[in-house]
Amino acid sequence: MNLLRQGIVTGGVIGLMWAFVIAVTVSVALSFASGLGFRPGIWGCLLVGAAGGMALVYVQNARWVIVGGILVAMTLLLTPLSPMFFGEGVSIMWRLLAVGLFGLFTIWPLERMLVEAHVGALNRHAFEDAVIRFLTGFGYIIFTAIVLIPFYVMVMTSLKSQQALLKNPLDFSVDLSRGLDLFRSYFELFGQFNFGSYLWTSFYVSVLTVFITLLFSVPGAYAVARLRFQGRAAFSRSILLIYMVPMIVLALPIYIAFSMTGLRNTIPGLLMIYPVTTIPVALYMLQGYFRGLPGEVEEAGLMDGLNRIQVIMKITLPLSLPAMVSVSLYVFMIAWNEFLLAFMLLDDPSKFTLTRGVAMLNSSEIPRQHLMAGAVIATLPIMVLFLGLERFMTKGLTAGSVKG
Amino acid sequence: MTTPMPPTTKGALEQREARLAWGLLLPTIAIVSLVIVLPLLAIFWISFKPVGLADLRPVAPVIRESLRERDGDYRLEYRVRNSSQTKTVTGMGFTDQIPDGVTLLDVPPNCDLNGAALICDFGDVEGGFNERLRIPVTLDGDPEILEEIVEGSEPTSRGQGDSVLTNSAFTLENFARIFDGDEFWDVLWATLFYTVFGTIGALVVGLFAALLLNKSFRGKGLLRGLYLFPYVSPIIAVAFTWVTLLDPFSGSLNALLIQMGVTSGPINFFGQRPLALIMVTVFEIWRYFPLSFLFILARMQSIDTDMYEAADMDGASPFQKFWYLSLPMLLGILSVLFLLRFIWTFNKFDDIFLLTGGNAGTRTLTVNVYEQAFAISNIGAGAAVAVVIFVMLLLFSVLFFRFISQEEGL
Repeated sequence: MNLLRQGIVTGGVIGLMWAFVIAVTVSVALSFASGLGFRPGIWGCLLVGAAGGMALVYVQNARWVIVGGILVAMTLLLTPLSPMFFGEGVSIMWRLLAVGLFGLFTIWPLERMLVEAHVGALNRHAFEDAVIRFLTGFGYIIFTAIVLIPFYVMVMTSLKSQQALLKNPLDFSVDLSRGLDLFRSYFELFGQFNFGSYLWTSFYVSVLTVFITLLFSVPGAYAVARLRFQGRAAFSRSILLIYMVPMIVLALPIYIAFSMTGLRNTIPGLLMIYPVTTIPVALYMLQGYFRGLPGEVEEAGLMDGLNRIQVIMKITLPLSLPAMVSVSLYVFMIAWNEFLLAFMLLDDPSKFTLTRGVAMLNSSEIPRQHLMAGAVIATLPIMVLFLGLERFMTKGLTAGSVKG
Repeated sequence: MTTPMPPTTKGALEQREARLAWGLLLPTIAIVSLVIVLPLLAIFWISFKPVGLADLRPVAPVIRESLRERDGDYRLEYRVRNSSQTKTVTGMGFTDQIPDGVTLLDVPPNCDLNGAALICDFGDVEGGFNERLRIPVTLDGDPEILEEIVEGSEPTSRGQGDSVLTNSAFTLENFARIFDGDEFWDVLWATLFYTVFGTIGALVVGLFAALLLNKSFRGKGLLRGLYLFPYVSPIIAVAFTWVTLLDPFSGSLNALLIQMGVTSGPINFFGQRPLALIMVTVFEIWRYFPLSFLFILARMQSIDTDMYEAADMDGASPFQKFWYLSLPMLLGILSVLFLLRFIWTFNKFDDIFLLTGGNAGTRTLTVNVYEQAFAISNIGAGAAVAVVIFVMLLLFSVLFFRFISQEEGL
């Protein structure tokens, strides 16, 4: 531990770990971007990292170390100790770019990480700060990668042709010369697979679910939040209990009942179930918000001769508009993303919701890019809603606790 | 002089308020009991029933009527069938109005002609019962029109099918079946592994992500939105993307690993034990870390900064501040999240179903419900698994409420 806290050792160790992270990151990023072969050269990148880290502890002027790091990395390219290795057919420009990026993104952040490090024993603060900066940088890279890569793959696969996909699964470069043909999978989904109708079904089912949910949960939430009655606490608790019933346990008897009554394969059947899965969440979220509203305003309304229903309509609801937006978005998201019930209850392709339609595409006869295009179509509206109204959505997610 | 006492009876106002409250709650209570409580009771009932997927079709008499011609002679034909191959229909029979212009030349032994009404009775018939009654007739009028009239009027059928869902046949076979052999322990192990590691993993990763974003810098909102992507996108989209990405033949990740020299051949991530179970757990962590991240971040931002300033004055190092200040402050939300996520991960069905279909040792209890009920077509066994899930959940809930009452929020 004491040895590790020597500035020079700290610099070296953090340097080589960071260099490895960057070498892998650059390889993966360039492979995904170009479809060519890049891979980290373990010894080379460790060498550059360790040397760079130590140099940054020694040398005061960091700019020279950054330039030096890039130059050293490029020189090593010609030796067996290259920090990156390349597959066949990778041009010299790509190679220089790869190594240059590696050098830059290794040394430059290292300089920030080791800003407090100096020759000799570091104190606890300086040492831990360096470690934390390393972990932070590592965290940003890893989280961004794990979140972005699947979505990147989803979008890019949907734009590829079947042959290109089989030839090189790594090649995600977009062939712009294909023009509108790039979106062929989408045209086929809307043209042959009826996705326009699925999109519409999903949309109106989700919107109706939001309305029905609000219709039931607003009065319920108001009662729980504002009115005194026996069993109020018990009721609040049983709402939480309903959260805990697994959908598959309910889906089985619902399937049986719907099969026997002919409600299976109908949208009204679906609309009987969807709101019930969201009412408890909505009720719980709304009652939390109603409780936070000042009761005096409502009492003033009562004094002025409004009855309770009028108070709810004219005072409580207008005041809780932001909460209503959050709840609506959240419920919309649940209904839009719902898969299990749609999968079990709908067999007739003319009545599919979007998620059910995408599930239908998962067959060996339908090419992969169609499946991914379907996934993009299902994801895009939610993403647009989410990014456009992120503030409300985040609030909805936190308030709605952890249904999922 | 009497001391003032609070009223012991309920006032009119109070009663009115309670009535209004129940009135407002009534629709919710009604629909929730219809769609949640009723099915829950049904699942217990079904779990003791020997019922398969085919039993869902009702057992009933099926009667078809037609007017046929052979060699210039006309005959009325009734085809009487029991819709089930195995179940008995009791008191099977039918009544049909013979239209004007059709005269029966003969009345079959099971039947009676009462005016224009032909009444036939077959008594109790076995499964697979299938009989044709051929009655020679003379026609008075255009045969084509008469045929249309005859075939346009449906005979009214009688007969009670015995439905296995409502009769008094009970069995313990379903439970014996699901607890039988090693399979149950396999399923239980997969469930516990998935639940425990999925929950803890999502919490730890979420905590790490929250620590990253617990400072202000440019682009923070963007990153926060980005990190929520896995959670807000439809399960079906992300699950299929993972399947595509990790495909052993055309998957990009395998191509990448081979090119980097990590493995020599493609890895079948979702197709081999025990890797498949680990991968679905990793997926679970990936999909649900945003949730713990969001909650932990919200809690972090509400911690008073004074405390950290005081710690700085006392010379606490960054790790000490995290370990002795942040973590104890976060313990409440962490334990609440753990309990909730534990139960929801336990309940999770879609993820594994879409990723592996429950193959390669990833069959959890919830997937087993589907497998038993629909893949093996044994609804009773599926219901029995559901009952096991429910009982385990009840246990968790007791623990949950014992803890949650001590913890803040939620």
